[in-house]
Amino acid sequence: MSPAVGPAVGALGSLPRLFLAQPPQVLPAREQMAFTLIYHLILVPLGVALPFLTLLMNYVALRRDDAVAFTLAKRWSTVMAVQFAVGVVTGTVLSFEFGLLWPGLMGRWGDVFGIGFGIEGWAFFLEAILVAVYLYGWERLKPRTHFLLGLPLPLVALVGAFGIMTANSWMNTPQGFTVDATGKVTSVTVRQAVFTPILGVEYWHFLAAAVMTAAFMVAGVYALGWLRGRRDRYHRLGFALPFTVGAIIAPVQIAAGDWIARTVYQRQPVKFAAMELVWTTDSNVTEYVFGRLNPDGTVSGGLAIPGLDSILAGFSTSTVVPGLSGVPADARPTAVEATIAHWAFDLMVIIGSALLLLAVWYGAAWARRRDIPRSRWFFRFAVVSGAAAVVAMESGWITTEVGRQPWVVHGYLRVADAVTPVGAPGIWLTFAIILAVYATIAWVCIAVLLRLRTRWQRQDLAAPSGEVSPEVEVPYGPRAEELYRPGPGEDEVPR
Amino acid sequence: MTTAGLVAFVLLLAMTAYACGGGTDYGAGFWDLVAGGRDRGERPRALIDYAMAPVWEANNVWLIFVLVLLWTGFPVVLAAVFSSVWIALVLGVLGLVLRGAGFAFRKPTRLLARRRRYGAVFGIASILTPFFFAAAVGGVASGRVQAGVRGDEVTSWLNPTSLTFGVLTLVATAFIAAVFLQQDAHRFGAPELVEYFRLRALGSAFAMLLAGIGGIIVLRFDARYIYDGLLRGWGLVFVVVALVAAAATVSLVWAGVGRGVRVTAVVTVGSTVFAWGMAQAPYLLPTTLTIEQAAGNPNSLRWLLLVSLVALVLVVPTLILLLWLDTRGRLVSHHEPADEDTHH
Repeated sequence: MSPAVGPAVGALGSLPRLFLAQPPQVLPAREQMAFTLIYHLILVPLGVALPFLTLLMNYVALRRDDAVAFTLAKRWSTVMAVQFAVGVVTGTVLSFEFGLLWPGLMGRWGDVFGIGFGIEGWAFFLEAILVAVYLYGWERLKPRTHFLLGLPLPLVALVGAFGIMTANSWMNTPQGFTVDATGKVTSVTVRQAVFTPILGVEYWHFLAAAVMTAAFMVAGVYALGWLRGRRDRYHRLGFALPFTVGAIIAPVQIAAGDWIARTVYQRQPVKFAAMELVWTTDSNVTEYVFGRLNPDGTVSGGLAIPGLDSILAGFSTSTVVPGLSGVPADARPTAVEATIAHWAFDLMVIIGSALLLLAVWYGAAWARRRDIPRSRWFFRFAVVSGAAAVVAMESGWITTEVGRQPWVVHGYLRVADAVTPVGAPGIWLTFAIILAVYATIAWVCIAVLLRLRTRWQRQDLAAPSGEVSPEVEVPYGPRAEELYRPGPGEDEVPR
Repeated sequence: MTTAGLVAFVLLLAMTAYACGGGTDYGAGFWDLVAGGRDRGERPRALIDYAMAPVWEANNVWLIFVLVLLWTGFPVVLAAVFSSVWIALVLGVLGLVLRGAGFAFRKPTRLLARRRRYGAVFGIASILTPFFFAAAVGGVASGRVQAGVRGDEVTSWLNPTSLTFGVLTLVATAFIAAVFLQQDAHRFGAPELVEYFRLRALGSAFAMLLAGIGGIIVLRFDARYIYDGLLRGWGLVFVVVALVAAAATVSLVWAGVGRGVRVTAVVTVGSTVFAWGMAQAPYLLPTTLTIEQAAGNPNSLRWLLLVSLVALVLVVPTLILLLWLDTRGRLVSHHEPADEDTHH
């Protein structure tokens, strides 16, 4: 790590950065960025993996000529559209925030790592069109044609995620450029800047997380119905297909998680030290489960397991793990930041392991009886598995972001130097507006989904009585057959 | 043309696409807002909902591309713009968010009071975004956003040129949307709305002319470099093209000829954007930063051009597919045979 000294710091000589007051707008800018990202990240797994689950269900429907599977796939595609509509908005806000909150990042490094967002742009556009075509095509196009037109959707999602992950992994392990003495970028090798050391692991770890989270979220809905006594084929299939996907990915994710943790140990040792609360560089390092790092390097509370951290990092107690104290204070996370990263990391690992156990339970039932488990407790856990997976995913993201502090570009640009010159009150105000608007969107979005559910239930109970199908009424939904079809309970348009 | 010049050209193209595509959407929101009370406004609103349904968010992609082209191609410009005119940009984004949400949520809502509330949000937001984004561009055009110096937080976007750009853009979105909606009314069999939007297309064309003339006068005193640029070289060429296309649109609309009228409307708005871009050349931030000075690393620029090319190759066929499915009536929802009066 070679902390290239930025011009602002250079002017102040060798004064340790830590003792300089951060610009006051750093706090609201960070909070706003964190909030909008956390919010967007709830939608991301659905955006990345719901198309895959839907197409899988569509495939099952085609293979078995199964009306129930068709209904499920169709309804999932409707939810997909609602989620996509909200995701477009929150994603666009994020793009603007790069400029609004972090002009120092984009203005100095945009030409090195900004191109990944262009790749995401392709995916975004194709998704917008293909979601519309897929949603409109139900019962209009031949089932096979319709399925084939939807088939690119999961692949497009992979491309979009790749674009975003190139940018994030570059911030973690920046490369592909040279800088002169003043810190100005003098040359760029785009291929190296895209394929950074951490990209591979980060990408697969993220993808597995997205698929797992979406799968458990969807399965949880039908697990709840199952618990409430709706034990029909609709709920069985709606539960079993996504849960099977989640259960298959769960062990893969544990392996990917182990891989990325060891890659972080090798490539981002400071972040690893923060994640594991390692203060002094040593071998035979203690692993802490939770616990709090004090500024003097001691750890309060938590469960200490001697030697385990070295074993996890390098399969042996003699593995040396670099500690936080080996890095200048202005180039490593503070004690509080390290504790946050550590707790987030532990929480993620615990939830991931719990989900693996649930997957094993499911697998065992399947192996013994070729059927889903009977226990009500299993379904209770399954109901919360989706929310738990979301928490795990958010925790993973907090681990990687907070563990990178105080850097936004590791070793090259500090968050405090990237922040906008706009004053703190202005940023607090935009943050307040965003909170209000996002809360409204969440509220209305949930209301729309609940109403869809109610109307689908009603649709299942009674034969349709000429009512407009619920799918017509979501964003991206098909047009009603005629322009002026009045809804039930509305008067005929006067003319 | 240099690589940087080519990237700047692509940037101008993306902005033009957003002005035309996004402009049509936002303009429709404007007509939605001014359609009048519950009864009077019901039919135009129904047409607007109906016509915008399949592509209502896709146009945001141009905006994303504008941002990507800026921060990868001309990072310094991005930093300067976002540090100065940030308030206008925040208001524009606020409009974008509220518009998307308002439109999306109005669709599944049955209750009239709530529909009207979402509709009002959708309409007002549709005015915010084009006005404030254009005001931000006006700050750039009039030299109030400069390289290395932070422009004033308020006057950089609240000034004569910004107001001119804002009003002209607002009128232009109303114009292009009225032309498109007139065609949609024809296509979806609502003849009385053809006339309704025909009058509005003519009215907004006239308003656009007035705004344009007023704008030129304002630019003469407030943004001299742009003013000079509009009266010479490529700037002048595109001003003339815009005027001719506007005249053609008006005559076609007047005569009730449908064929080609969308094209001339798009050319009108597109040429107006191009005229500004050409008038600014070779500056990205007149008159402190040229395209060449602002350009990012040449290697990145070449990759950026490749990414843009791929985007074009991907986007055009899918867009054609969507429009083809749409115009062939393939994207209409399936219903049992109509059980009610269909002769509206």
